[in-house]
Amino acid sequence: MIWLTWRQCRTQFIAVYGLVAAACVWLAVTGPALARLARRNENVYDLLTSNDRLLFNGGIAVLAVAPAVIGIFWGAPLVARELETGTYRLAWNQSVTRGRWLAVKLGFAVLSTAVAVGILTLAITWWAQPIDGATGSQRGSLASRLTPISFAMRGIVPVGYAVFALLLGTLIGLLVRRSVPAMALTLAVYVVVQIAVPLWVRPHLVPATTTSMVISHSTLDGIGLDGSGTLTITTHAERGDWVLSNETVDAQGRAAALPSWFSSCLPPPPAAGQPNGKAAVSQDHGTLDACLARLTDEGFRQRVVYQPRDHFWPLQWAETGLYLAASVVLGGLSFWWTRRRLS
Amino acid sequence: MSAIVTARGLGKQYRRRWALQDCSLEVPVGRVTGLVGPNGAGKTTLLSLMVGILTPTVGTIEVCGGRPAADASQLAKVGFVAQDTPTYAGLTVADHLRLGAHLNPRWDDAAAHRRVERLGLDPHQKAGQLSGGQRAQLALTLGLAKRPELLILDEPVASLDPLARREFLQVLMEAVAEDEISVLLSSHVVSDLERVCDHVVVLVDSQVRVAGDVEELLATHHRLSGPRREPSTLPADQQVVWASHTDRQSTYVVRTRSPILDPAWSVSALGLEDLVLAYMEGPASVTPASTGLEVLR
Repeated sequence: MIWLTWRQCRTQFIAVYGLVAAACVWLAVTGPALARLARRNENVYDLLTSNDRLLFNGGIAVLAVAPAVIGIFWGAPLVARELETGTYRLAWNQSVTRGRWLAVKLGFAVLSTAVAVGILTLAITWWAQPIDGATGSQRGSLASRLTPISFAMRGIVPVGYAVFALLLGTLIGLLVRRSVPAMALTLAVYVVVQIAVPLWVRPHLVPATTTSMVISHSTLDGIGLDGSGTLTITTHAERGDWVLSNETVDAQGRAAALPSWFSSCLPPPPAAGQPNGKAAVSQDHGTLDACLARLTDEGFRQRVVYQPRDHFWPLQWAETGLYLAASVVLGGLSFWWTRRRLS
Repeated sequence: MSAIVTARGLGKQYRRRWALQDCSLEVPVGRVTGLVGPNGAGKTTLLSLMVGILTPTVGTIEVCGGRPAADASQLAKVGFVAQDTPTYAGLTVADHLRLGAHLNPRWDDAAAHRRVERLGLDPHQKAGQLSGGQRAQLALTLGLAKRPELLILDEPVASLDPLARREFLQVLMEAVAEDEISVLLSSHVVSDLERVCDHVVVLVDSQVRVAGDVEELLATHHRLSGPRREPSTLPADQQVVWASHTDRQSTYVVRTRSPILDPAWSVSALGLEDLVLAYMEGPASVTPASTGLEVLR
């Protein structure tokens, strides 16, 4: 059975590992120079070549689509193709039970996928470590590794994603019994999951940290208008933290709108290109401080809920565990369906 | 007669539709049995139940003394050449033989290679490029080299041209003679079976209409034609299989062990095909439309 599985999957296997090897070579060639650069310089972002930035963002993009691609092109046809072409009738009548047939097929695919994506993630994580979250001295920055986009492409979660996508594809293939619709459906479900998890699940996997701070000139990050025209305040967060909510609370600790006097208290923002704009800002500085002091006196504080930088690994393990648990369920369903229902 | 397949009250339901209902039959050991019936009689469903690709909704089935596809040793006892003889299009002929060797403990590798060589198949050719006849032969080779106790073939020659049909059946017969295995093959073309089968089961609407050894069936069935007569006037030991009437004439197919003595009948023998067709149509045959319709039971 192992021989047959290898014979059937070797094209995908060689393609996947060929691409992984090529990516690793590229990263290995450019990686050490990048690390040297980062060690010597504070503002490493300013020194990055466009090639480095391309690799950084490209690495994120590749790892973002790799699990989906594997799930679609490997998982979905794994069983669906046999059902579609009728070859399952040949396979199921050799002296190998259906359960073993699926176990070997799935085992081989899961193992090769996990190892391939693991190697790729490891290489990209290693390569990007010196510059993750790097900011320029003027402007521009690279995503830090806890931001949703970067988090999903670092550490070990991509392995969880890939295994999940593969087993999702297999199960959908089993149910749909045709390769192409199974592929489309797998992609759709996978994308929904990938959007839902960072939005609603990941923030709660590890208890978030909550801090309350006095709103002052030193903590203030910005004042803005939200969609409904109310003023909102945001305060500074540490670099690399993942801020989940940043809201103003009143003396009772409830989320509250800013008092009505606040907007009239504020100095008007300097108009762009105003010749004496600079003078106006420094003059109004005192006014802003007074407004903020009054806010503080009335008991208003800024509450920030966030995942601190050092939650990176706990979050990685928790999310990987979640995906692997879902994969086990999907795999179990595939076995049950193959043994009991597919007849 | 000891049976290698025994089905009792077998039924298979797909969602609301019953593909097979209340089917009971036996397939004798050591024979080549033909399963005949019109399209939709439930032949493929029945065979799929025998090899364990399907599981019955109701009823029991026992093949080679066990439940179909219960475990690896049960699977090893039954060979199956599925309808349209599926093979892996991307795998070569040699790959298929390796597949068989890896997956079957009783695999006869030498015989499989000998057979492929004799068939003139190129081992390096992909199965997807083989002709229908060659693919069927490859599937048959896989089924035989497994050395099963029972080989089941589902419409193996349905899509083959007459020459390929003849070749396929010839290879099958040679193999059966060599290996002494039991064979069950289905077809809706009776003339295919006539050459190879020594036992026949006629299945219509999930029900076995008749089952028996070909020689015995041919010896006990007769076609009678003569002046019009009602079936109730026939001797009690003559079982009416099929009947057709015109205003003046009656034609019967009857089954009886005793000789036909009535001089009014002109008696002729039936071929297997006519016999099977008579059972498929049943005794409720209709006369040609213009001449006084009369349906008889």
